[in-house]
Amino acid sequence: MSSATQSIVIRGAQIVNPDAVFLADVRIVNGIIEAVGENLQGDLVLDGTGCYISSGFVDLHTHLREPGKEEAETIESGSRAAALGGYTAVVAMPNTDPAQDNVATVLFVRERGIEAGLCEVVPSGCITVGRLGRELVPYDSLSRVGVTLFTDDGNGVQDAHVMQRALTAAARLGVTLAQHCEVSALTEGAVMHDGACCSSMGVPGWPSEAEEQMVRRDIALVRLTGAKMHFLHLSTAGSVQLVRDAKAEGLPVTAEVTPHHLSLLDEMLLGFDPIFKVNPPLRTAEDIAELKRGLADGTIDAVATDHAPHAGHTKEQPLDTAPPGMLGLETALGVVNTALTLTAQQIAQVMSWAPARIASLPQQGRPIAVGEPANISVWNTTDVWTVSRHDLASRSNNTPYHGMELRGRVRHTIYNGQVVVQEGKALK
Amino acid sequence: MKHLLSTHDLSVEQMISLLETADYMSEINTRSISKVPALRGKTVASVFFEDSTRTRLSFETAAKRLSADVLTFSAASSSVNKGESLRDTIETLSAMGVDAFVVRHKSSGAPQQITQWTNASVLNAGDGWHQHPTQALLDTYTITRSFGQLDSMKGRTIAIVGDIKHSRVARSDIDMFTRLGAEVILVAPSALLPSHIENWGVTTASSIDEVINSVDVLYMLRMQRERISASNMPSLREYSSHYALTVERAARLSPHALVMHPGPINRGIEMMVDPSDLPGSRILQQVTNGIAVRMAVLFTLLGGDLTATATGGTV
Repeated sequence: MSSATQSIVIRGAQIVNPDAVFLADVRIVNGIIEAVGENLQGDLVLDGTGCYISSGFVDLHTHLREPGKEEAETIESGSRAAALGGYTAVVAMPNTDPAQDNVATVLFVRERGIEAGLCEVVPSGCITVGRLGRELVPYDSLSRVGVTLFTDDGNGVQDAHVMQRALTAAARLGVTLAQHCEVSALTEGAVMHDGACCSSMGVPGWPSEAEEQMVRRDIALVRLTGAKMHFLHLSTAGSVQLVRDAKAEGLPVTAEVTPHHLSLLDEMLLGFDPIFKVNPPLRTAEDIAELKRGLADGTIDAVATDHAPHAGHTKEQPLDTAPPGMLGLETALGVVNTALTLTAQQIAQVMSWAPARIASLPQQGRPIAVGEPANISVWNTTDVWTVSRHDLASRSNNTPYHGMELRGRVRHTIYNGQVVVQEGKALK
Repeated sequence: MKHLLSTHDLSVEQMISLLETADYMSEINTRSISKVPALRGKTVASVFFEDSTRTRLSFETAAKRLSADVLTFSAASSSVNKGESLRDTIETLSAMGVDAFVVRHKSSGAPQQITQWTNASVLNAGDGWHQHPTQALLDTYTITRSFGQLDSMKGRTIAIVGDIKHSRVARSDIDMFTRLGAEVILVAPSALLPSHIENWGVTTASSIDEVINSVDVLYMLRMQRERISASNMPSLREYSSHYALTVERAARLSPHALVMHPGPINRGIEMMVDPSDLPGSRILQQVTNGIAVRMAVLFTLLGGDLTATATGGTV
C-alpha cells in the first residue's frame, strides 16, 4: 500500500519533550518516528512554522454517545472532533445505552473507534452495573480486555461500602477508578452553582460541599484500600485543597479539570441559557483561581474536556429540564491557552503526557524521538480565531464558546502514522 | 419596552410611568361600560404551562377591557401533554399571528427563553421561583395608592413573611420595593430564606413578633403545606406559632398598617384571622388593581393608542 510506505515530514516546528524544547524536522514512516533532525525530506511535507510539535493530546473524559444517542454524536463524529482538537486518544465515557458495564459493549466501542480511524478510542468501564451504584461490574473480564479506567461518570457512587468494594477490586487488578464527585442528596434538582446568581434566579443550587464531601470520603477510602483513584472534573477550591493534601500524604490520587471550569463563571447562566448548564456547574472566580493554582502546582494532573454533545432540541428546554453538558474537544487547546499562561511543556504535560499515564496508554504521550509511535499533534499558541457553533465537526453544536475569540489552535494531527488533520481540516 | 420578563428590566422611571398608566386604567374600570378599543386588532395569547386560574383570568380580563383578542392555551389540555417542546409550542402559536404572549411556567427563565422563538412581546406571568413582575407592580400600586403618591414608598417598612426562598412574588417585590426606597424585612425560618442575599438590600427577622408593631405593610406569602417539612419546622403548628397572622398579632399592628397577600390565602396556615376583619387588609384591592396594572402593561408593550381610551371611544 503506497500510503503506508509514504514518508511524512513536519518541517519548521519546535519539538516539545519533557526534557527539552528545540527546533527540528520530524520524519514519520510506517507509523513510527523514523528521524528527527535538520532538513529532512519526505513524500508529504507539512508546514510546522510557528508551531509546536508534541505527542498527541489525550482526553480522559469524552462522551461519544454511541451506542444509544447517535442523534447527538457518534464514535466517528466525536473522533473527528477529537482529531481536530489535536487529540490522538480519547477515553470514551461509559454512560452509553447500553452502558459500558460489559465486555460486548466495550469491544463494540473500541471496534467502532478503529473503523473511524481518527484517534484511539479507549473505552472506560462502569464502576457498577448500569451505573446504578449497587452491583459491581465484572472487573476481571473487563480488565482482561484492556479496560484500565472505570467510572460511573454522570453519577457519583453514593454508597461508601460499594465504593470500598470497587476500590478493593481495582487495587487487586491495578486499574484506576474515576469518580464523578457529587453527593446526590445535596443536589436534588440542582441547576447551577449555589451562589448569589442562583439565588436571585430562583433555581435550586448545587453547593460546593456536595463535591467536596465525596472527594473527602474517597480520599479516606483510597487510604484504606491503596487503590488508584482519579477525580473527574474538579470544580471547587475546596476540592483542590483536599487533593493537594492527599498527594502530600503520598496517596495514589490524580485529578482533572475541564477547560470550562477554568474559564467560565456561574453568572453566564443569568440569561437562563441551557448552553451553560453543566455538571458539575460553572462556579466562581475564587474557584477558577484555585483550579488554576492547582493545575500550576501539579495538584491537578490533567485538563480533560468532559465533551458532552446534546442534540439541539434537548437544549431548547427550560434550564431546569435541559440536560447538563457542553462540547469541548475542538476548543480545548484554545481555551486553556487563552485562560492560562502556560509554557508549551506545561500544555503538553496537562493535555498529553499526564493523561496518557493516568489512562495507562503505552502508545500515547511519548516523547518526539526516533522509534516512538507517531501519535502527534502540531499546534500553536498564537493563532487568534473565533469559535462558531456552525463550524464544528461534532454532530451537536452546544459549545459555550460560540462567538468568543480564542488564542491557540491545532494545525495538524497525525494518528498512528496517518495524517488525519492537515491545516486544520479533517482528511476523513 | 418590548418584553416584561423581570422587575429588573424596569427602571424606576418605567415603573412610575406604568403605575400612572394604571391610574388611567383604574378609571376606565369604574366606567359603566368598562371597555375601550385601545388594543383592537391585537391578539394576546395567554399561555399557561402551570395552572393559575386567578392570574390567567386577571390578564384575560385586562386584555378584553382593551378590546384585544385573546387566545387561551393551557398545558393541561394541550399538545404539551403529547410531548411538544416549548419551542414548537411557541412557534406554532406565533404562526397564528400573536402580538403578545402572557406566559406562566413552572421553570424559572422559561419566558426569557421564549423571546428567542417569537417576534411577539413576552409578558412573564410568573416563572418558577424567579419573577412575577406584574404582581410587584400591582403590589406597589396598591401600597402607594393607599398611602398617597409614589414617593410614599420611601422609608416605609414592609415585612414579607413566609416562604421567601421558593417565591417569585417575594423576588419581584423585594427588588421593586427596595428600589423605590422602602425598607424590606424578610421574616422566615432560615431554611426558607434564599441563600446569598447580602446584596439584596434587605434585613431579616426570625419571627413575626419582632416586626409586627412597627411595620407599615405586612405582606403575607402563601405557605404551601408541603413546604413545611422543608422549612425544618417540626410541625405546621410550630410554623404558625412564629409566622402566622393571628388575631392577637393583628391587634398589635399600627392603625395605618396594611395587610397584603398575593393569594390564594391558606386560611389556618399563614392566615389564622379572617382578612375581612382586618381594617388594613388590601387583599381584595390587590385583585382589583391587578387588572388595571395588567391593562397598563399590555397597553405599554403593545403600543396602544391612548386617544382610544377616552370616554366615548367606540367598541
